[in-house]
Amino acid sequence: MDNEEIKKFVLDRVAEAECTDGVQFLQVTVPSEKILQLASELKSNETTSFDFLFCLTAVDWPDHMEVVYHLKSTKHNHQFVLKGKINTRKNPEIETVCHLWRTGEFHEREAYDLFGIKFLNHPDLRRLLLTDDWEGWPMRKDYEDPINMIEY
Amino acid sequence: MNWLYDFTYLTQSIHESLSRNFEQGTVVLIEMILVGLAFMILFALLGLVLVYAERKVSAFFQQRLGPMRVGKWGTAQTLADVIKLLMKEPLINKNADKFLFNLAPYIIMITAFMTMAALPFAKGLQALDFDIGLLYISAVSSLGVVGILLAGWSSDNKYSLIGALRSGAQVISYELSVGLSLLTIVILTGSLQLSVIVESQANGWWIFKGHIPAVIAFIIFLIASTAETNRGPFDLAEAESELTAGFHTEYSGMKFAFFFLAEFANMFIVSALGATVFLGGWMPFHIGGWEVFNNIMDYIPPIFWFFGKVSFIIFLMMWFRWTFPRLRIDQLLTLEWKYLLPINLMNILVMAFLVLMGWYF
Amino acid sequence: MEEIIHDQELESKEYFINMGPQHPSTHGVLRLVLSLDGEIIKKVEPHLGFIHRSIEKMCEHDSYTQIVHLTDRMDYLSCHINNEAVCLCVEQALQIEVPDRVKVIRTIIDELTRLSSHQLWWGVMGMDLGAITTFLYGFRDREMITDIFEETCGARLTMNYNVPGGLFFDIHPNFQKRTKDFLDYFKKKLPEYDTLLSDNVIFTQRMKGIGILSKEDAISYGVTGPTGRASGFSCDVRKHHSYMAYDRVDFKEILDTEGDCFARYKCRINEMWESMQIIEQLIDNIPEGDYKVPTKAVIKLPKGEWYQKVETARGEFGVYIISEGQKSPYRLKFRSPGFSNLSALDHMARGCKIADLVAIMSTLDLVIPDIDR
Repeated sequence: MDNEEIKKFVLDRVAEAECTDGVQFLQVTVPSEKILQLASELKSNETTSFDFLFCLTAVDWPDHMEVVYHLKSTKHNHQFVLKGKINTRKNPEIETVCHLWRTGEFHEREAYDLFGIKFLNHPDLRRLLLTDDWEGWPMRKDYEDPINMIEY
Repeated sequence: MNWLYDFTYLTQSIHESLSRNFEQGTVVLIEMILVGLAFMILFALLGLVLVYAERKVSAFFQQRLGPMRVGKWGTAQTLADVIKLLMKEPLINKNADKFLFNLAPYIIMITAFMTMAALPFAKGLQALDFDIGLLYISAVSSLGVVGILLAGWSSDNKYSLIGALRSGAQVISYELSVGLSLLTIVILTGSLQLSVIVESQANGWWIFKGHIPAVIAFIIFLIASTAETNRGPFDLAEAESELTAGFHTEYSGMKFAFFFLAEFANMFIVSALGATVFLGGWMPFHIGGWEVFNNIMDYIPPIFWFFGKVSFIIFLMMWFRWTFPRLRIDQLLTLEWKYLLPINLMNILVMAFLVLMGWYF
Repeated sequence: MEEIIHDQELESKEYFINMGPQHPSTHGVLRLVLSLDGEIIKKVEPHLGFIHRSIEKMCEHDSYTQIVHLTDRMDYLSCHINNEAVCLCVEQALQIEVPDRVKVIRTIIDELTRLSSHQLWWGVMGMDLGAITTFLYGFRDREMITDIFEETCGARLTMNYNVPGGLFFDIHPNFQKRTKDFLDYFKKKLPEYDTLLSDNVIFTQRMKGIGILSKEDAISYGVTGPTGRASGFSCDVRKHHSYMAYDRVDFKEILDTEGDCFARYKCRINEMWESMQIIEQLIDNIPEGDYKVPTKAVIKLPKGEWYQKVETARGEFGVYIISEGQKSPYRLKFRSPGFSNLSALDHMARGCKIADLVAIMSTLDLVIPDIDR
């Protein structure tokens, strides 16, 4: 399946998806509510069968948060980037995908730990890298730590 | 130089000179103190020499030099370590059972001492010569596990407890194999007295005279005794990559050194037992009919024969340790109960048959 | 009150052990909380972050040349490959085509790094299983590679040999000769390695059938590298998304289907042979030319995002850069192989014994800074 077909596949299911042809991968941004449904279809559908989530991360934009899924199909050997856009920075929430790709379990915990994105229905959403009593979400752009962070 | 070949004269003359000067009770007391001192010195020397030997042997297997800095060829390294251990702070866990915690290393040391009493080092050089010497040794040496269990239990550390329980399961199982493999030779000698066992090998060691069953018994003895002393590849009680240090995780300073020393003393004891029962103890190596050769062999004093044989077995055990990976606990018990024990029992039957038919030298 | 009683009941049944943060076989400061039933593991819960330095956050303030140096501090055993990932990503964004010479040298050093990492793994794995001698053997042979590195770039572990656009400096005149000497030497030693452990009954019994990871689980957990390939997951980035000079060399992707500890062991041993084969094909054919394409002193990437994956000794290492056109990235994510591989540990270790857990961990070949970042 090439980029055009993936684009069509996504647009058929989520009409409001924004597609950009990146240098490497096709990038598809969908609203965060649609992520779970789209992800499970991308995984289970025979023509796409994206079974390998090789990277999951979050990005803190000035006015919204983004969860980025790098997906690959080991069967068809195609890959693309799916992005879930969360329109708020206050209490960002998104459905978990860790029952589809088990690797999501750790990656989502990391994203929660560093960005404060709440993954709904995650079986064990706790801080992963930082201590349990840590305050704030360090990877956010507005995080301040006057002691440990060196300003340039 | 005659005393070097037969210690009976030496011990006899000491006894006589003491009897001339003191009463009967005092003589016994002085002799006991002398024997105790001798064993303590032997114990300390053994610790020093064996620790150094282990380091050098492991270095040899690992293609390095081992300790080289303290003293010539690093010979004083162990002494330096002893001083270091003496100066270390003896730490005790807050919730540890202090009495048992302090008691455990001594139990291990005492059992090692008690076992050593019955070993025949050379002709006439044996503190206790029972008629049940072999039974005594195998009974007392298994008491050491009590010390290990106490150490693990009282340390208030989960690693220690797991290590101790592993050790308990291991020693109790392998005790059987050690006992039965020794029993194979007892069938031949007809006696449990160690001096008699040694004397019966004057015209050839049991490992040669006893045909294949004796060889099998010797191999089983080697495996089982390595396991009984908790040495690699059977060092599950310590298993430093799994349980950090097993039952002696919480021990420091001299108490740790006692465990360490006891391990080497036990290794010496089982090697000595193996040498006595299978390899003729202090008896020189003889080949029937080769008179000149036998005379040359006789020229080497028995005590050197004894320590030579013991060193050979110790070297074998060190070889195991530095070559093999460690077993898992279930594999360890499978090896004992499913392989060694049945083979051993069959072996005893075969040996009994051979003895009945008189098919041995 | 009822809740408390309930809790006490739980406590009386479960036996917890803290493995780590200081433990000989966690290879660093990883803490595992084991729930035990006797010696059988019911659950493994990893607690990470003891050496979390937030490298990703640091990168948001650093220039791209500085970021290269930070990647050394993650997976220090495949530092060169990590460096290369960032460099490749930057080169891709700037659309720089590096000279052939650079490609070949990078590939050779990649493979040398992989070899040295696997040697260390071999030694440490033996030690975890109680055969301490292997540790010394592994280090002895690794020393030859670190010597080559030292001569090439002045460092033995954290090499920093890559810069965006090429290499820091040209290879040492001795490089080819010493590498070939090492290959001749190691070809004799590798079979010795293999016989010392894989012909040993105790070793095979402890490895076979332990910690089985099926292919589906490997893909789902994102387990890559030799660990994933031992489960039959064809995930070699060098084959699938070839970079540098890997498309011009002939090598096999080692695959196995068993998925147990022994398969992972075999996989790494065979990978060492493949690495040697790759180096052999390239070492005599290093093309002449520049060792570097000049770049600006301050590199600014255009607006956009790039992802570059490379195959480190542990698996797929990814660098994800989002640039807003500044001198430092807006967001940078390192996809470290150890992190995903560790997530499968609980799945693999359930129902095993403590000794098996040690075997599984050592065949996963974890490097803790790589996980914590």
